[in-house]
Amino acid sequence: MTDAAVLSVRNASKSFGPRKALDGVSLSVARGEMIALIGPSGSGKSTLLRSISGLQTIDPGAGVIEAFGGPVQAGGKISRKVRDTRIRVGFIFQQFNLVGRLSLFTNVALGSLGRIPMLRGTLGLWPRETQDAVMAALSRVGVADYAGQRANTLSGGQQQRGAIARALVQKAKIILADEPVASLDPVSARKVMELLTDLNAVDGLTVVVTLHQVDYALRYCKRVVALKAGKVVYDGPIDGLDRARLIDIYGPEFEDAFWEGAPK
Amino acid sequence: MTATAPQSAALRPPTRSLAQRAPDILVWGGVIAFLVISFGPVEISRLPLLFSNSENMQQFGRDLLRPDFTDWKLYVSQMWLTVQIALWGTCLAVFLAIPFGLVCARNISPPWLQQPMRLLMNLLRSIPDLVIGLLFIVAVGLGPFAGVMALALNTGGVLAKLFSEAVESIDRGPVEGVRATGATPLQEVIWGVIPQVAPLWSSYALYRFESNSRSATVLGLIGAGGIGQTLFESLNGFNYPQVSAIAIVIVVAVTLIDMLSQTIRARLL
Repeated sequence: MTDAAVLSVRNASKSFGPRKALDGVSLSVARGEMIALIGPSGSGKSTLLRSISGLQTIDPGAGVIEAFGGPVQAGGKISRKVRDTRIRVGFIFQQFNLVGRLSLFTNVALGSLGRIPMLRGTLGLWPRETQDAVMAALSRVGVADYAGQRANTLSGGQQQRGAIARALVQKAKIILADEPVASLDPVSARKVMELLTDLNAVDGLTVVVTLHQVDYALRYCKRVVALKAGKVVYDGPIDGLDRARLIDIYGPEFEDAFWEGAPK
Repeated sequence: MTATAPQSAALRPPTRSLAQRAPDILVWGGVIAFLVISFGPVEISRLPLLFSNSENMQQFGRDLLRPDFTDWKLYVSQMWLTVQIALWGTCLAVFLAIPFGLVCARNISPPWLQQPMRLLMNLLRSIPDLVIGLLFIVAVGLGPFAGVMALALNTGGVLAKLFSEAVESIDRGPVEGVRATGATPLQEVIWGVIPQVAPLWSSYALYRFESNSRSATVLGLIGAGGIGQTLFESLNGFNYPQVSAIAIVIVVAVTLIDMLSQTIRARLL
């Protein structure tokens, strides 16, 4: 798995004050995998994902994060070349993070910023190819009809699909999705999870998704990485996640982490 | 129930101890003491003169009630000039305030840049536009341009502060969303920050245009052109009917600008 690793995290730690959000986490992700990152609230899932995209620094020390063989950050410093990595890594946020007052079209076109000439991107003069790519992406995720609407007039599910379209226009090879369905109703949540699965299965994208509800991990992912208090406590196939392991991860109230009932 | 009755009778309304009231007493006592000390120097004792010199006041009042609009074309054109001074002053101020407002914002600007810029903006803000206007009259001569520059610098400092406060209250999420696409820092600002602050920025700029049309009138008094200068000349000639007519023109114009700008601002937010 390590020889074809597109993402590699080695010994990453991150403290917020006295609390350790990440405590010596190591993780290797191979091309084309779809991985669920689970664990109770505050276990460090989001911190890990944000660190991989260089949105946040890890503690100085031995920790190293690499993507596509190049450094994202090491020794507590974000690499100067982080933008080259970010261009190839799409990030989906729990709160969608579209710019509310811009149209859905413009929001999705922002995905091309790293690829088109800097001046065009700065002035918003989207090239023909970008415009076509935006409409194709919007149509693929099923929200092309709303292209001209301001993002903040759309529902959560529509915005999240817009965010996925942005990652498509970005031509991302890896999608990092931080609680992509936690703010959505069940129907929208299923659509978003199916889109992510589709990107993985059809387009061969590598997907790492943090999930609150273990149901989704069971249904959509083959490999699960579980975090607890900043440490990796399970990393393996979804079948290995039995009742004992779940109690180990979530404690005796582990059934709360399911929507539709825990496995016996 | 009966058992709790004596207890509730013993409950007293909350009282504030002397120590808790001390700050209030200190503040109010201080204000009153300050007013008493200042009574003499500002010659409040001359208040009765307003009424004992009633002959002057009556003459003044009668003339003011008979506005003389013979030169109304001049007044309107001078008022228009004043509005133009305010417009250019505000516009240049906005151009100053956009970059300075961004570099003064704590959440997007590094401390080594933000601290000196904040000091510079404080300096601009703390010099009244009248003083800046006098300096520019020395530098570029009497006339509207001195007024434009005075408004531009002072308002630039004010707007930079307001703009940076607007930037400091934005939602970080969309900015991270833009950052995650591999955008440059400038692109993060243009696509992630500006759209969030645009309505508030426009509202502040319009509000400053409103108050600048008043300030531009006052700037005329020191020779920076416009209706203020005309007003000053009529006052110096004791031509109160003209003063009255000019005052009416100013009030009408400023009220119209206020109403217009408030309507636009209400639509922005």
